Amino acid sequence: MNDSPTPPPALFQFRQKSLQYEGRSVLDNVSLSIAAGERVALIGGSGAGKSTLLKALREQRPDTVAWCPQQPGLVPILSTFHNIYMGALEQHSLPYNLLNLIKPLAGARSIVEPIAQQLGLEQQLFSSIDKLSGGQQQRTSIGRALIQQRAIFLGDEPVANVDEYQGEALLKLICQRHQTVVLALHDIIQALSVCTRIIGLQDGAIVLDAPSEQLQASDLAGLYGAS
Amino acid sequence: MALSANRSIASSASALRNISLWFAVSALLCLVLVDIQISSADPWAELARMTAGALSPSVWSWPTLLSGLANTFAFALQGVTLAAIAGFVLALGYRFALIRAFCAFVRSIHELFWALLFMQVAGLSSLTGLLAIAIPYAGTLAKIYGELFEEVDPAPANNLPHREPGLSHFFYAVLPLAWRSMATYTSYRFECAIRSSAILGFVGLPTLGFHLETALSDGHYSEAAAFFYALLLLIGTLRLWLHKRLLPVYLVAVFYYLPPQATISWQLLVRFVSEDIVPAPLRGEALWNGETISHFAQWFNLLWQQQIWPGLFNTVLLGQISLVFTGLLALALLPLNSPLFMRPRRLISRGRFMSHGRLMDRNWKRGIGDSILILLRTLPEYLLAFIGLLIFGPSMLPAILALGIHNGAIIGHLLGRYTEELSLRADANSGVTLYFYEVLPRIYRQFLAFLFYRWEVILRETAILGILGIATLGFYIDSAFETFRFDIALLLILVSAALNISVDQFARYLRQRLQLKTVPESL
Repeated sequence: MNDSPTPPPALFQFRQKSLQYEGRSVLDNVSLSIAAGERVALIGGSGAGKSTLLKALREQRPDTVAWCPQQPGLVPILSTFHNIYMGALEQHSLPYNLLNLIKPLAGARSIVEPIAQQLGLEQQLFSSIDKLSGGQQQRTSIGRALIQQRAIFLGDEPVANVDEYQGEALLKLICQRHQTVVLALHDIIQALSVCTRIIGLQDGAIVLDAPSEQLQASDLAGLYGAS
Repeated sequence: MALSANRSIASSASALRNISLWFAVSALLCLVLVDIQISSADPWAELARMTAGALSPSVWSWPTLLSGLANTFAFALQGVTLAAIAGFVLALGYRFALIRAFCAFVRSIHELFWALLFMQVAGLSSLTGLLAIAIPYAGTLAKIYGELFEEVDPAPANNLPHREPGLSHFFYAVLPLAWRSMATYTSYRFECAIRSSAILGFVGLPTLGFHLETALSDGHYSEAAAFFYALLLLIGTLRLWLHKRLLPVYLVAVFYYLPPQATISWQLLVRFVSEDIVPAPLRGEALWNGETISHFAQWFNLLWQQQIWPGLFNTVLLGQISLVFTGLLALALLPLNSPLFMRPRRLISRGRFMSHGRLMDRNWKRGIGDSILILLRTLPEYLLAFIGLLIFGPSMLPAILALGIHNGAIIGHLLGRYTEELSLRADANSGVTLYFYEVLPRIYRQFLAFLFYRWEVILRETAILGILGIATLGFYIDSAFETFRFDIALLLILVSAALNISVDQFARYLRQRLQLKTVPESL
């Protein structure tokens, strides 16, 4: 699959593995390896197994990936600030976290504020999440991933709820801040412009795996709708 | 402009925070005013004697124990049956404000006060026990049934050809939809009725409470323990033997065993209604006479200063502290019944446990945790307060502990079950961080809804604990009964009813304002 002379060490690896979602086998016989530094887009219709594959990737390295699931799991009555900070809970002591919950601490603010600024959330920083639009919530979810400062980003449709222009900017931000990125995307143009490698999923199997520079949007159209 | 917009945006969390803060501050203020001194010489020694008794239960007389059990069960079953029938009929007219007010009134008077009232005309009879439970419970059940009827899916009713809301319409398109919830709630109320029935023994009816009080007061803790365990066993095993199909058999049995009867002297009844409960200055006087009115004003003024005001003050004081303590305890106890905190170790490995949502439902850790909550819930707060008084001596401390433990366990149990429905991300934290960042914010709305729902109950219980000697309204009511001043007793009972109704209304207002879910559960 990867025929470069000196392959970089693989971060994720599957050998003929079957992946399940809620007890039902979704992907059969998956063989796949993702190396550090790659920017991978998972492409395929709904139910093709993108989320299942992402979940399986996360379980291989739960402590080194920044995780951005489709259901962002934001806590409704907490503020944007707290929801972003939640990604950094493990980096601080319990008393610090609890104090910060009662009153945002200066140290925590100095970490969260630049991220919020990059995401265009500085106006909503201390609003509760349930008052935010879908796009703002999604950006908050990305913020929670960014604050973890990890080398790997796994995102399941991380920009599905924002417009094309913002989506592009957010994806660039994500790529800039992470060495390795794996994204489930439904926008083919975005996938081709941001990622270096495209993996196409269809009917529980990997049907395409190629560098994006060798692909055209028309090559990928068949992954949707046609079947 | 931008600033005010921002403020309104942020309101959902801050409204909840503000209201919690107000409650906490008010409880702290009350705490300054309240007497929570431990006045007994050696509480540890008393506690040690009690523990020794609890570990060595002894049955002093089996016939006494069994008849106490049977009476407790009989009063409860008869009372709830009658209450369910009356409550159902009342619920049919629940859209009328007058009926709603009537139901609110009868349930705002605690069953012990009803018992004290009926005892004056019907003595310590089986009729007194039955009515004392049936009347307030009818008010509660009417409310719940009425709300359930209002909340059923209106589609089936709207699809009926004749849209006149007649009774047959009700029986076909409303009742079947509400039936299951009604049955669930009624069976929960039956468990409460057993507690109430046991407690009626404290004022003299022949239930478990009667023997418990005697044994505890005399320091016969081993005997008390036997009665105590019998009560726990009765409530704990209900599910095993109280089947729906056997209900008619049990009903026939309890009415045969303890037919509701009393020898009522009509003369006494007439005198009680027309004379005893009429305020003393008004008896036999012309009502609109200037002198009568000024006598009445003096009488009331004195009563206000000496009994009503201090009673009200202490009831609200104790109620407020107990409410906040209940809330804190509920939040502390909820992990005991939550699959997020009580889970088998093998599923703890991070990132994996959430994908086994159903699998972790039944696990032994949570089973034990919830059993503790159910046990604490099973203990009647009146009994807990009585035991607390024996240990700590007379002060408000035992009452606060009793109300907090009983009610905190009820709410904690429900909140724990509520956390089952939370779906957390796979990379969620665990332990204390999970609790404060993920669980507490998500359940807080529900928590306040439960707590406000329970507020009225706590206040009613607070009043009743006065009978044990804590200077709440119940204390003055009990003293009035003891000195046969029924006019004062009735007036004070009405004051306590008015207090309960106002708090209930205020809690309802708060629930609506904060948009809290108002559908009742087993509360």
